[in-house]
Amino acid sequence: MSATIASPTENSVMHQQTLYDKLWNQHVVHVEDDGTTVLYIDRQLLHEVTTPQAFEGLKLSGRKVWRLSANVATVDHSIPTTPPSEGIADPIARLQVETLDKNVREWGIKQYFEWGDPRQGIVHVISPEQGSTLPGMTLVCGDSHTSTHGALGALAFGIGTSEVEHALATQTLLARKMKNMLVQVDGVLPAGITAKDLVLAIIGRIGTAGGTGYAIEYAGSAIRALSMEGRMTLCNMTIEAGARTGMVAVDEQTLNYIKGRPFAPKGEMWDQAVAYWKTLVSDPGAKFDRVVQMNAADIKPQVTWGTSPEMVLSIEDRVPDPDKEKDSTRREGMERALKYMGLQPNTPITDIRVDKVFIGSCTNSRIEDMRAAAAVVRGRKKAANVKVAMVVPGSGLVKAQAEREGLHKIFLEAGFEWREPGCSMCLGMNPDRLEVGERSASTSNRNFEGRQGTGGRTHLVSPAMAAAAGIAGHFVDIRHWK
Amino acid sequence: MEKFTLHTGVAAPMDRANVDTDAIIPKQFLKSIRRTGFGPYLFDAWRYLDEGQPEMDCTNRPRNPDFILNQPRYRDASVLVARKNFGCGSSREHAPWALLEGGFRVVIAPSYGDIFFNNSFKSGLLPIVLAEAEVDRLLHDIQAFPGFRLTIDLERQLVIWPDQSKSLPFEVDAFRKYCLMNGLDDIGLTMRHADKIRDFEQARRLSQPWLFPLELN
Ligand code: SF4
Repeated sequence: MSATIASPTENSVMHQQTLYDKLWNQHVVHVEDDGTTVLYIDRQLLHEVTTPQAFEGLKLSGRKVWRLSANVATVDHSIPTTPPSEGIADPIARLQVETLDKNVREWGIKQYFEWGDPRQGIVHVISPEQGSTLPGMTLVCGDSHTSTHGALGALAFGIGTSEVEHALATQTLLARKMKNMLVQVDGVLPAGITAKDLVLAIIGRIGTAGGTGYAIEYAGSAIRALSMEGRMTLCNMTIEAGARTGMVAVDEQTLNYIKGRPFAPKGEMWDQAVAYWKTLVSDPGAKFDRVVQMNAADIKPQVTWGTSPEMVLSIEDRVPDPDKEKDSTRREGMERALKYMGLQPNTPITDIRVDKVFIGSCTNSRIEDMRAAAAVVRGRKKAANVKVAMVVPGSGLVKAQAEREGLHKIFLEAGFEWREPGCSMCLGMNPDRLEVGERSASTSNRNFEGRQGTGGRTHLVSPAMAAAAGIAGHFVDIRHWK
Repeated sequence: MEKFTLHTGVAAPMDRANVDTDAIIPKQFLKSIRRTGFGPYLFDAWRYLDEGQPEMDCTNRPRNPDFILNQPRYRDASVLVARKNFGCGSSREHAPWALLEGGFRVVIAPSYGDIFFNNSFKSGLLPIVLAEAEVDRLLHDIQAFPGFRLTIDLERQLVIWPDQSKSLPFEVDAFRKYCLMNGLDDIGLTMRHADKIRDFEQARRLSQPWLFPLELN
């Protein structure tokens, strides 16, 4: 399928570029005969899990870091969400954090938000927050949710550890250009419907492999109307649709968000930057290899029921019945997911009871998410069947802001826990996790088997939906929350 | 990285779609700061009945009899055949590391998670794309014929059936093929362009100085 952005004035589409084309072309250093491209990297984010082997590789081969100032480091994946003063009980996780500390110091990386620094947090939360993610950049990190940063009009994608080493050593990556996909969402999202519901609905529509080989641009009036936080949630889960990178064109909102942040340009340089950033939009008539159109008004609160993010339904639905599925591979996949999830076909989603609630992760741990969850919880109490409801802000700065607004009190009074920033139960590398058979309402991004703990069962939802499940003890339709 | 030219080995079926990297190597093993030691924990949550922990001795752990790779006929398998979207999910390169250490040199599937696909080449694991119908046929043959061995000829880009009864061509980028066949390290290759990178960077410093704030240099 192929289509163009409609434009009444443009009749030549030959030299019209998409936002992705522009970002890509700006960073091409060299192209090999087969199209393999040496792509310049402006920013690399480092964290404790995917970097130790990269630094070790550098050392073993006697190489240096190409440009120290291009790197920003923090710890997030394996740290506990208890106060840093209490330390890390798990010796293996502790060694990993100490290894990053050591590498950062030995190599001389200056931008390090270490554990205990008030600005520490999940990489994908702190980099935009610090102004270290800027429009027009190429930004990489050894983490698949690096797609988040595309919300600011950057070309951002996750890489593996060999590539982390490659980017450290050469300030470039070897890459191949992807195809262009446009996800066009027009109309107005109904009250209570968030970017999370939108992105889950998109994944439900195109599937977890639907974006494979594509760079996705999100456009349309519903996307323009999203806050920067909402756009980050959307771009964050692009990887769950199979695409390595997702992005939103620069507009006034982007500029307002960046202005005044610590690493953002100032004064004359700001004006110079803005003049360039404003060109970071797809040209009218630019060609996309695939176009998906959605109407925002149709989106309902989404809840995943299975073990892949594409296994998603609206809150009004019932758990699917494999007997009605004709395709045998899909039917087996469904049966396996239902068995793992401990669900009976045809159960109304609203009848599913949860054991734990997790509000956090690089998808939904920004201040807006905290506010949305707090608004639902205010003046209520956690349901008796919910063992733990955990709120984990994405960064120290989000936590401080939330505390200034008194949100932590709302959570604590309702019996929710208020934790220190980090990845936490999103992947359960630290002590926050699901036990075998436990079921969560989670604002994170992956419901894979065992993702939140071996044998754990994850349902992905928006912050308001997770908070409501914590109060009601089961999923509820947030549109009817009083 | 070990060179890859010609490989012959027992093929094992993994008849499911969307095998994610969390399944290939669960997160608790990502706490390691090493590049090795992941092999015994490959598909840990499926392979064993108890919960795996880093550095655990796996010899006496209870094995899941229903997990396909636990069947004796696949013990020495080195070619894994799976369904679409293999390796989706997280960027952990620990996934190809674990597969390699677990004895696999080749994966065959109709499609892959992009990052996994990329990571595999960097670590010396060859991910081959075959059409869905061909994967169907392979999965069938593997289960029908115990000891079913495939030969993968990277030079000629062919997947060859036992007894040469059939062979299928596959696509691979010329550059990736070259690196894999010669066991070459990408960084060394890229460094041939160091001057070009330096010039590019210098031009960028002038045109977009805000990307190079003084206080960071
Ligand atoms: S919050 Fe979850 S998805 Fe995001 S970086 Fe951390 S572990 Fe990865």
